[in-house]
Amino acid sequence: MNNYLNIIKNGLWTNNQAFVALLGLCPLLAVSNTVVNGLGLGAATMITLILSNAIVSLIRNLVGSEIRLPVFVLIIASVVTSIELIMNAYFHELFMILGIFIPLIVTNCAIIGRAEAFASKNPVAPSVVDGFAMGLGFTAALVVLGTIREALGSGTLFANAHLMFGEAGKDLTIFLIDDYGGFLLAILPPGAFIGLGLLIALKNVIDKRLAQPNTQVVELNIQTEKAPL
Amino acid sequence: MSAEKKSILKAGLILGLFSFVGLGLVSYTHQMTYEKIAENERLFIIKNLRELVPDELHDNDLLESSRQISDANAFGTDTPVTIYPAIKSGTLTAVILSPTAPDGYNGSIKLLVAISRIGKLLGVRVVSHHETPGLGDAVDTNKSDWVYAFNGHSLSDPSPKYWRVKRDGGIFDQFTGATITPRAVVKAVFNTLTYYQKHKGALALGKEHTKQSDE
Repeated sequence: MNNYLNIIKNGLWTNNQAFVALLGLCPLLAVSNTVVNGLGLGAATMITLILSNAIVSLIRNLVGSEIRLPVFVLIIASVVTSIELIMNAYFHELFMILGIFIPLIVTNCAIIGRAEAFASKNPVAPSVVDGFAMGLGFTAALVVLGTIREALGSGTLFANAHLMFGEAGKDLTIFLIDDYGGFLLAILPPGAFIGLGLLIALKNVIDKRLAQPNTQVVELNIQTEKAPL
Repeated sequence: MSAEKKSILKAGLILGLFSFVGLGLVSYTHQMTYEKIAENERLFIIKNLRELVPDELHDNDLLESSRQISDANAFGTDTPVTIYPAIKSGTLTAVILSPTAPDGYNGSIKLLVAISRIGKLLGVRVVSHHETPGLGDAVDTNKSDWVYAFNGHSLSDPSPKYWRVKRDGGIFDQFTGATITPRAVVKAVFNTLTYYQKHKGALALGKEHTKQSDE
């Protein structure tokens, strides 16, 4: 059980794919302009991670090391294409906004990174939990960055929520400031880079604060992971 | 067969097997979803079309009656564009054309332009664009009411030399910090109106080629 808690802690904080491993930055920076977009892409990424981790873990003893990577890429690409079709069918409007970023999940290094660094070495159950935790951590990064950019940039939160939650979502939109003129920089790509930089800095500060009281006890029971790829 | 060859063959077979399984998964999902996806796309277009041409102006199925025409000068694209004739009791009441404004700030802007039989604009919609968020994207109805300003205008109202954005001496607003986008849209709408003016006779006759099963 402890092991699973560790995996989840790893995914959400210690080895957060966006803030620590700095993987998957292209979708992270491009789609985090609103909370709903971030949530949509985050969920799609998480489902991909869970499925690809599960499949990779299942076949980990079947596939020799020479063809491991091409097989992983095949699996990830098939899973993503299926998710793309399903989103197009059932979340059409959100699909049209996320558009090209869904197929681009294939190129999100976080996914093949987890397949290589974790799922190919661990049984199915921990691999699924790892996929879930890493996906959740990535989604959290997207949502936090999306919240900051949307609040600063357009003065709203959860705009277009109906694309994801149906008609009920229309009432979810929060107008933080009436007649907010907008702060364009936050919505444009530079806002994404600056926001991400500040968030990483904040995380490092928190980590440092947490580490200070017990500097003498440094127990290394966390599995060390090479930065994948 | 040498051991090396054997291992290559085995690796190749496994790779082939996985390609096959992946292909199977994707084809299955495609089978399950393609009807729904086609329906979604259809509904999306119909929703746009019906906003432009209200139900009382037509009794035909706009999508069914659509056909392709091409005129690179008028529509800003070499590929044929779709025309949706609105027909009521056998006479043409309006047409919706789908031109492209090729000179947006960041590539092409695809439009729907609805023109009534007498040449008045019923409405303009931006279907797809890549304009700068917060500046040029105000052509989108989700972002601002700018495109509604076209409603009711025609080739003679205003006269052609005023079919420009205000900065160029015309009557249409530009956006703060973004003139290129509205300029491109105004030009594309003007070209489309000119095309309609020139070809309205042929367009009105065109309905006879589309299968009409009225009464």
